[in-house]
Amino acid sequence: MAFDIYDFTSLTSSIHEGLATFLPPVGVLIAEWLLVGISVLLFVAVFGLILVYLERKVCALFQQRLGPMRVGKWGLLQTIADFIKLLMKELITPNKADKFLYNLAPFIVIIVTFMAIAAIPFAKGLQAIDFDIGVLYVSSVSSLGVIGVLLAGWSSNNKYSLIGAMRSGAQIISYELSVGMSLITMIILAGSMQISEIIQAQSTGWFIFTGHIPAVIAFIVFLIAGTAETNRGPFDLAEAESELTAGFHTEYSGIKFAFFFLAEYVNLFIVSAMATVLFLGGWMPFHVGSLDGFNAVMDFIPPIFWFFGKVMFVIFLIMWFKWTFPRLRIDQILTLEWKYLLPVNLLNILLMTLIVLMGWHF
Amino acid sequence: MASESLILFFITAVVLVGSALIFSSIVPPRSNNPAKFEPYECGIETYGETWLQYTVGYYIFAILFLIFDVEAVFLFPWATIIREAGMTAFIEILIFFTILGLGLFYAWKKHALKWE
Repeated sequence: MAFDIYDFTSLTSSIHEGLATFLPPVGVLIAEWLLVGISVLLFVAVFGLILVYLERKVCALFQQRLGPMRVGKWGLLQTIADFIKLLMKELITPNKADKFLYNLAPFIVIIVTFMAIAAIPFAKGLQAIDFDIGVLYVSSVSSLGVIGVLLAGWSSNNKYSLIGAMRSGAQIISYELSVGMSLITMIILAGSMQISEIIQAQSTGWFIFTGHIPAVIAFIVFLIAGTAETNRGPFDLAEAESELTAGFHTEYSGIKFAFFFLAEYVNLFIVSAMATVLFLGGWMPFHVGSLDGFNAVMDFIPPIFWFFGKVMFVIFLIMWFKWTFPRLRIDQILTLEWKYLLPVNLLNILLMTLIVLMGWHF
Repeated sequence: MASESLILFFITAVVLVGSALIFSSIVPPRSNNPAKFEPYECGIETYGETWLQYTVGYYIFAILFLIFDVEAVFLFPWATIIREAGMTAFIEILIFFTILGLGLFYAWKKHALKWE
């Protein structure tokens, strides 16, 4: 089995050929589906646990505490213990709830996150499905999550849940626009919506460096809008603990609650991955002009480490926002989007078009 | 993998959530107490209806979103071919944005963007 950490295409094709030697085509398909399904499940579970642990440690860092320290070395097993506890809790369905929709909501939020992961490029050749319209696909699929949130809030028959869901719905659909327009700005520069082509276009320099001022503006807008879209602080008024108990998932218990929690963190990963792909060059190493020695050292680091390094950097930034800024009110959130980010985005698109047409980019 | 494999991710998610829900509805100990199935609000019994008419403010923003989201759908294909289409496409999008901007400006002046 050929394994090359710099290019996963050799690994996947050797697995494919190895399976084809002793299985019929249908068997190969089923075996590959099983392999991919299990690896995606493992990735989501492990990465979700790591992110929850990281969130608590980062929060503790900003608040000058230690964070979880008791379970395992440095509290490393804390999230696993929490997961087991949630799994062993009784599931409660409130007797006034709309039972079908109430049970459907966790399915929707998790399905949406899994569908979005299908198009994320983890390293060269390590991407499940490389769509022609990859960027549009990810943004459209991940915006379906709001349906799950609204269903959860409405079907619970709880006033806090309804208020939380309504706020969250208004917020997510508003910031959806800004995310979409930042993506459009970068698509103009890349000239393609296919994720592998966008990354390939950044082999000479990441878009945030080659795209002039519009790329930087788009990056900042994308970070703000992405934070709002994942319902994280300072935009977490949908689940403002002090006023709404827990917002749209107030009535959910045990593992159903855990799924909403997991979906939030996987969405955080997806937003960071999209920021990485569009602005920070995906799995492309960092190169500086004609410094060949430096570039060779950078090339030595495998692409998968580059990808996760950049993703972790963006995730840390978003966590930093959460524990630094105070929560916004609903009118402030809508004002920020409709009176500031949207006009800025429209002008930014025009500026980027002009730069691309005039050839002013590097 | 081909695009048809997308259904795999759908199935994986359904299997994950479904198996966890089935596990959680069988294994954990259960206890019955009528108060447990009440809505979790303030500790006292919930008052009045929950499913009622809701603030119209959200509705206005939903309509605004619809307008601008349809516009974004037009922009995606435009953005991919802007290099080939050249200056003509730029002038056209300038006109398009002017009309859109006027719409946004109108909504702004009509206080549709104000939360009340």
